[in-house]
Amino acid sequence: MNTPPVIDWVALRDQFPSLAQPVRNGKSLIYLDAAAAAQKPWAVIDAERGFYERTNAAVHRGAHYLAEQATVAFESARADVAAFIGADVAEVVWTSSATAALNTVAYAFGNASLGRGGASSAPFALRPGDEIVVTEAEHHANLIPWQELCARTGAVLRWLGLTDAGRLDLSNLDQIITERTRILAFGHVSNVTGALAPVADLVAAARRVGAFTVLDACQSVPHLPVDFRALGVDFAAFGGHKLYGPTGIGVLYGRKELLAAMPPVFTGGSMVEVVTMDSATYVPPPQRFEAGTQPTAQAIALGAAARWLGEIGMANIATHGRAMTAELLKIAEIPGVRIIGPGPGDSNVQGGGTAAGLDRVPVVTFAVDGVHAHDVGQVLDDAGIAVRVGHHCAQPLHRRFGVAATARASASITTTPKEIATFHEALTQVRPFFGL
Amino acid sequence: MSALEQMYQQVILDHAKRPVGRGPAIIAEPPAGALVGESHQVNPTCGDEVTLRILVTEPVEATTVAEVLSSVTWEGQGCSISQASTSVMTQLVSGEPVTEALHLADLFSELMASRGKGLASEDDEDALGDATAFTGTSKYPARIKCALLGWVALRDALARSGALPHRVVEQGT
Repeated sequence: MNTPPVIDWVALRDQFPSLAQPVRNGKSLIYLDAAAAAQKPWAVIDAERGFYERTNAAVHRGAHYLAEQATVAFESARADVAAFIGADVAEVVWTSSATAALNTVAYAFGNASLGRGGASSAPFALRPGDEIVVTEAEHHANLIPWQELCARTGAVLRWLGLTDAGRLDLSNLDQIITERTRILAFGHVSNVTGALAPVADLVAAARRVGAFTVLDACQSVPHLPVDFRALGVDFAAFGGHKLYGPTGIGVLYGRKELLAAMPPVFTGGSMVEVVTMDSATYVPPPQRFEAGTQPTAQAIALGAAARWLGEIGMANIATHGRAMTAELLKIAEIPGVRIIGPGPGDSNVQGGGTAAGLDRVPVVTFAVDGVHAHDVGQVLDDAGIAVRVGHHCAQPLHRRFGVAATARASASITTTPKEIATFHEALTQVRPFFGL
Repeated sequence: MSALEQMYQQVILDHAKRPVGRGPAIIAEPPAGALVGESHQVNPTCGDEVTLRILVTEPVEATTVAEVLSSVTWEGQGCSISQASTSVMTQLVSGEPVTEALHLADLFSELMASRGKGLASEDDEDALGDATAFTGTSKYPARIKCALLGWVALRDALARSGALPHRVVEQGT
């Protein structure tokens, strides 16, 4: 075993040009909105720019030098991302976003339900009365595609609820996941509560009844070592831009044999074998799911992000994240501040059964008594502190906790205890500012 | 005054705390010939909501030609800017002719587009009264929608009440 490198987290900030700029009248930027969009290191910016400077050409076609270079770079990036998530290259499908990846799975099931894909796709066909299970914690991107799939196929949507502590309520797991369940779709880490789902329990429950599992990994891959094969899920999705990579690129992971059996969703160029005037045959995955010109520079830059994170080490990042979580959760001490999700009193915060020994990441959502989240965000912004405000694309979760909008502070690998202390101090000023 | 204090002026904080016209409003029996309009507006980015109800009645004095916005009531939840702005608007347009309410709505939209500069005409600023306190808000593009929420509901409620097309025709003649 190699000794993990000792990371100078403060110096890491120098690799992020966007963090060097002053905001709001010369304030130093304290960026606590990585869960919405991570800032980009030079390694990623240079990779994207470098593609256009030196390598730009259409991939997988053309025999000329640049076409060859572009194809090599594009497929190397796929290999880098595959290594990052413990997958085979054939299991990494480029999509335009995590949302596109989740919709791709949902529409592939829909197409199979219409009989497309022949006998090999039959296991994906849904019939009226079949059930799809999600959770009350889902981001809209892992909820609405399933609502729509139900509407198209006659399947029924069911869901697991949340405990008051903001963890998935598994007390009625056996009533929700039954012989009728065909798909179980859930988030690895909630983008609101920051809590990790008990993946092993959920995958086991799905396997007992022969249901497919779909994991939304957007909020886990930036914080933890993630190995989809080890987790045992059938499909997974994440986006590039929360992983220090570009926008416009996402990843759909699917077990090789499942992707190979699935019908395509988008059709057109790059994904066909033989095309006649009335039919077409399709290439194997991953290209079967990559119709049309892909976001090539973005895929290459996401590959660079995966390599860069690999050099820092996801285990190191998880350790750093654990420390930042503890710092962030101290805001629970501030009068009038309520954390939505596992707080410092949650006995599981320091424990848990995941590889990294974590069951929470540094994504901390809170409500301030008597002050609307937008106003909280505005006061923090005046101190140069960026947080997210609103419902974070999770309206059902907010309804569950009786709030319309909340503020969310999310740490990244550049976040320091000093920055969180400044945030903490600014947050104590919010209620007094509004005369409370 | 810092930009933050310019945005959250005392008049805004006061209106946010004690909003004018907020509360469940049931117009049980509108007077004969009166027009009723209701509009529900949501800011999808933050979940701010307002449901505004208006009552438009014919003028009492035979000399005025315009209908009058005789009652404005609303229910809502949201940030201090959206709630205070709806409150200030209610104070400003209640009892005013529909034409004047629409004129004020136009002025307020202009103010929100001013990027913190305010309105060029002093008369226009005077007409907006307390609503000029939202000049500071217009510096923050993300918050302009908050300040406009109630005003959007007002325009929509007027259109739904049937008062608006009538007024447009009237102005054209």
